[in-house]
Amino acid sequence: MAEFTQERLGILNAAYARCIDNDEVEAWPAFFEERCLYVVNTAENHAAGMEAGVIYADTRAMLHDRVSALRDANVYERHRYRHIVGQPFVLGIEDGAASVETPFIVVRIMRDGATEVFASGRYLDRVVEGADGQLRFARRLAICDSRNIDTLLAIPL
Amino acid sequence: MSHSDTREPRTWEPGLTRVPYWLYRDQEIHDAEQRRVFQGPTWNYLCLEAEIAEPGAYRTTFVGDMPVIVARDEDGELQAFENRCAHRGALIALDDGGQTRDFACVYHAWRYDLQGNLRGVAFQQGVNGKGGMPPEFRMEDHHPRKLRTASVAGMVFGSLDEDVPPIEEYLGEEILERIERVLCKPVEVIGRFKQTIPNNWKLYMENVKDSYHASLLHVFFTTFNINRLSQKGGVIVSESGAHHVSYSKVAHQPQASAEYSAEKLRSDMEGYALADPSMLDGCDEFGDGVTLQILSVFPGFVLAQIQNTLAVRQILPDGLDRTVLNWTYLGFQDDTPELRRMRLRQSNLTGPAGFVSMEDGAVGGFVQRGIAASRDQEAVLEMGGGGIETQENRTTEASVRGFWNAYRGYMEI
Ligand code: FES
Ligand SMILES: [Fe+2]
Repeated sequence: MAEFTQERLGILNAAYARCIDNDEVEAWPAFFEERCLYVVNTAENHAAGMEAGVIYADTRAMLHDRVSALRDANVYERHRYRHIVGQPFVLGIEDGAASVETPFIVVRIMRDGATEVFASGRYLDRVVEGADGQLRFARRLAICDSRNIDTLLAIPL
Repeated sequence: MSHSDTREPRTWEPGLTRVPYWLYRDQEIHDAEQRRVFQGPTWNYLCLEAEIAEPGAYRTTFVGDMPVIVARDEDGELQAFENRCAHRGALIALDDGGQTRDFACVYHAWRYDLQGNLRGVAFQQGVNGKGGMPPEFRMEDHHPRKLRTASVAGMVFGSLDEDVPPIEEYLGEEILERIERVLCKPVEVIGRFKQTIPNNWKLYMENVKDSYHASLLHVFFTTFNINRLSQKGGVIVSESGAHHVSYSKVAHQPQASAEYSAEKLRSDMEGYALADPSMLDGCDEFGDGVTLQILSVFPGFVLAQIQNTLAVRQILPDGLDRTVLNWTYLGFQDDTPELRRMRLRQSNLTGPAGFVSMEDGAVGGFVQRGIAASRDQEAVLEMGGGGIETQENRTTEASVRGFWNAYRGYMEI
């Protein structure tokens, strides 16, 4: 029986944020199960049951595709993120999976040096423990408080 | 001294193949656009009928920078009026939408019905026989400006001009047909997003109409054969140039086109592949093989079908160098779960994080900054000649020139 302690969940989130903020996104899909759901949506849409996301991926392979597009295909200006991730709150544990809600703020550092708050919201997660004993996301919904995306969303939240 | 050094920075020679850069950075132009274009004899997208299906349902929206309420009244009729209280001008409705019997302004509680008529003035007779409005004050003389409304394929448009032609005439048969091709049955809103982009609204509209850039800028279009200029397709330009449709048909084999290889395009990435190609699985849901159709209605509306993603965009200027895009993603009410899932996966192509649209949100900013010191220089629009006619190829800037033809007409410049 997997243990979803505050400490383990905190470390999972810290590693996740560090991976993105340190520009090591190649390692980002490994935080997810093979069959997973990663969606960036707004609080308003989520509350209304609207499913379409700004980003929508339901396999780990689709997350890899996000990374390769980011690295090789898409045209946008270089920028970086800094995630500040709050305390994970365990909503419940069922069938070996923990439902966890975690608040986040992401500031964006643009090429011209400007730093601004880019997104705030909460992660709604389903966390499971893999055969290797690692915690992973079976589902991570990044639910943004605002429904305005400033310019574009290239790097995942 | 060369000609361009002495020229007034506010001139524009007649014609459509040159666009002076001052047009994108000029406050007077911006103000004139509000009056002549957005509030002029044009039809502006307001919302979907599906969003205000029941009597008493309303949404707040914009026509240019004018806040607008669009509502369905008790008789089921569409109504639209300025979201501005006739008393001191506060917003009448503060929410994005909802269900109501009437509207009460929060400032001094004046009340309006669903048609935008003033129905109540708080303390109109005063209190204890003192104060109140003068006896000659008549409520019927005071109301926010009302818009004409028209509905096309479930979309609500509004106009502030009494003399605007009927919407069918405004759009023309071909554009209308292409709207009805996509919005052919009852829709369901599956997502709503707002995106703020760092450039003048006209640069975004030009980009929408620019079929030339599509397979040059967007790796996903070219590499995955979603849109290549060598595919069968074309551009339809409405009579005055105001509206357009560009479309292309499915290409079943990857096309090795000699022109494409010769150009050595950044967007043509050999060896670039998707780890999960099912993202691009789609079906020919309209049965005509057209997998991409981008349609614009002057001044600021876009309906796009990219494979199975269907979305409308409302383009709103927000000052000289900011533009707001309101995206509404659509499905049909009768979507099978499989088709809906296809749409959700393909929606990765569009919107602020779209594998394709991300770039459209970025390039306008590159132009806006590129032209910062060049008020008296001009853009060159000579791809495909100088005309604005419909054609069966997309290596042309005909529809961009069409935009400017309509724009010059409305602006009288
Ligand atoms: S401004 Fe609306 S009631 Fe006074
Ligand atoms: Fe584009």
